[in-house]
Amino acid sequence: MNRLNSMFNQKKNNLLSVYFTAGYPDLNATVDVAEALEKAGVDFLEIGFPYSDPVADGPTIQNSSQQALDNGMTLNVLFEQLAELRKRVSIPVLLMGYANPMVQYGVERFCAKAAEVGVDGVIVPDLPMYEYETLYKECFAKHGLSNIFLVTPQTAEDRIRKIDGLSNSFIYLLSSASITGGSLTLSDVTETYFKRIKDMELNNPVVIGFGISNKAAFDKATAYANGAIVGSAFVKFQAEEGYLERIPEFVKSIRN
Amino acid sequence: MKYTVNEQGYYGDFGGAYIPEMLYPNVEELRQQYQNIITDESFKAEFKSLLKDYVGRPSPLYHAKRLSEKYGANIFLKREDLNHTGSHKINNAIGQILLAQRLGKKRIIAETGAGQHGVATATVCALMGIECVVYMGEIDMERQAPNVARMKMLGAKVVPATSGSKTLKDATNEAMRDWINNPVDTHYIIGSVVGPYPYPEMVAKFQSIISLEAKKQLLEHTGNELPQYVLACVGGGSNAMGMFYHFLEDEDVKLIAIEAAGKGVNSGHSAATSVLGKEGILHGSRTILMQTEDGQVVEPYSISAGLDYPGIGPQHAHLHKIKRAEYVNITDEEALQAGLLLSKLEGIIPAIESAHAFAQLEKMKFEKTDNVVICLSGRGDKDLSTYIKHFGF
Repeated sequence: MNRLNSMFNQKKNNLLSVYFTAGYPDLNATVDVAEALEKAGVDFLEIGFPYSDPVADGPTIQNSSQQALDNGMTLNVLFEQLAELRKRVSIPVLLMGYANPMVQYGVERFCAKAAEVGVDGVIVPDLPMYEYETLYKECFAKHGLSNIFLVTPQTAEDRIRKIDGLSNSFIYLLSSASITGGSLTLSDVTETYFKRIKDMELNNPVVIGFGISNKAAFDKATAYANGAIVGSAFVKFQAEEGYLERIPEFVKSIRN
Repeated sequence: MKYTVNEQGYYGDFGGAYIPEMLYPNVEELRQQYQNIITDESFKAEFKSLLKDYVGRPSPLYHAKRLSEKYGANIFLKREDLNHTGSHKINNAIGQILLAQRLGKKRIIAETGAGQHGVATATVCALMGIECVVYMGEIDMERQAPNVARMKMLGAKVVPATSGSKTLKDATNEAMRDWINNPVDTHYIIGSVVGPYPYPEMVAKFQSIISLEAKKQLLEHTGNELPQYVLACVGGGSNAMGMFYHFLEDEDVKLIAIEAAGKGVNSGHSAATSVLGKEGILHGSRTILMQTEDGQVVEPYSISAGLDYPGIGPQHAHLHKIKRAEYVNITDEEALQAGLLLSKLEGIIPAIESAHAFAQLEKMKFEKTDNVVICLSGRGDKDLSTYIKHFGF
């Protein structure tokens, strides 16, 4: 059983995940940031491997990705950093990135390498279900990697059921149909949507992301799901002076 | 029909719909409905009528006698430059606006490189009274300023894309982000044969009117509907796909696609995708694109904004791979000279995009009896400042 499944078995509520871009703000920040987040009590990590054309991302993550690429981040560099990371960090690690860099690296080679350096799951927003099922599912399974699917307010119920069937760690529920970096509006519509998903009683745990930028949003999300993911808000925070030392403070501001 | 798309949206190894889940319902809605809509009699009648009375189709197939004499073959120009708005882009824009109306969409977004697709989209939105937002790279807005003004005059909002290389690929990214944020009421009119399935197929179908007409017209001119050669320039590849479409199954017709070499294929300033690119995923489809070893998209270069794109449509990638069409390239300098030559010999100032296709004539050896059809995809008005700057008029 991989680290993700063990985590969800042990803890059902209030899980907090933080996204950050590998190689941002400095090429070698990746491991230090991960370690600081674990020490601050974060339950699992989502580490972005940067891409030049991230269509699902807003300006904050676009900029961090471009900065990381300018800093020299590549998949090879990232895998070296992750091998180092596993010596210091024990919580689950997900890689998040777009299909093209993974395809260029070679999907088989990518999965093998990711598993070798202790990655637990992968989120590839532009990898479609059809291609995953027909081409990549076996490879992910062989290396014990979870593939995490996204669900949006527009995803039809039968498709959510299908995603639930294909998932083996958790489902990533988007708070709204949007790119990253928005803010969760605590409207009736959102709550109805969260409740609709909760009432479906899916087999997999559900974690809510996109627009989780403060405690109010985190509390709202975790009232309906097993956990929530903070992304752009953390990346924005990383631009501040001395952010690394102040990570416990940031984490407390989201969940105390 | 080995050159067309399969049920999963693939042309051989290329195509598909590599899109984030946020776009799935939009793209799926299109996939399920576009076939029914475009084969519906009322759609066909309205499309045909607008192409005739509003766009001015059929566009002439003009026998360019002086050009023919120079190159020793019978050269015919498919005059897409004479369409309303000045290029082939209007064919697709008309088709997609009629589709958007039938899907009940209230807002249109588009990306544009040279501005021709943006102008075509702004035009059909004005025609139908629908809100229009066009994304355009900041650099392209500078080099195609007249088209920016035209779009604004037509009532469209032009939004500069300031990320990445600030050209067509970034405008496409921004349009996709807009669509993700506005999934219900908005239709995205993609301007080329790129993007997730069904876009490449849909745009090719709307543009296929070019070759449908050309066949009939060539028959009238020569007594044979099949030429020896068909030439068209390729950025994403919509005019080329329209020009090739009805010749694909006629294996004796040589199809030649002309890419932009920029300052030279190996200069580091080029957009010759079929030479410099590798298989990968761009803007929702598996295709050939210019990229680093690490899978980052490379910023292309061409003097022509409409060819300045790091990929080609998936059907082109397929035609290239199976060698049904030949992909060649032409430099900025060669294209500009060809544009000047066409102006002087035939009294036609072509768009710099189209001028790339004409430059290829210099490199070919013809028999006197050869019939050659070239797609003159757009007129050169928008490029006057570039021509003036280069030739010092």
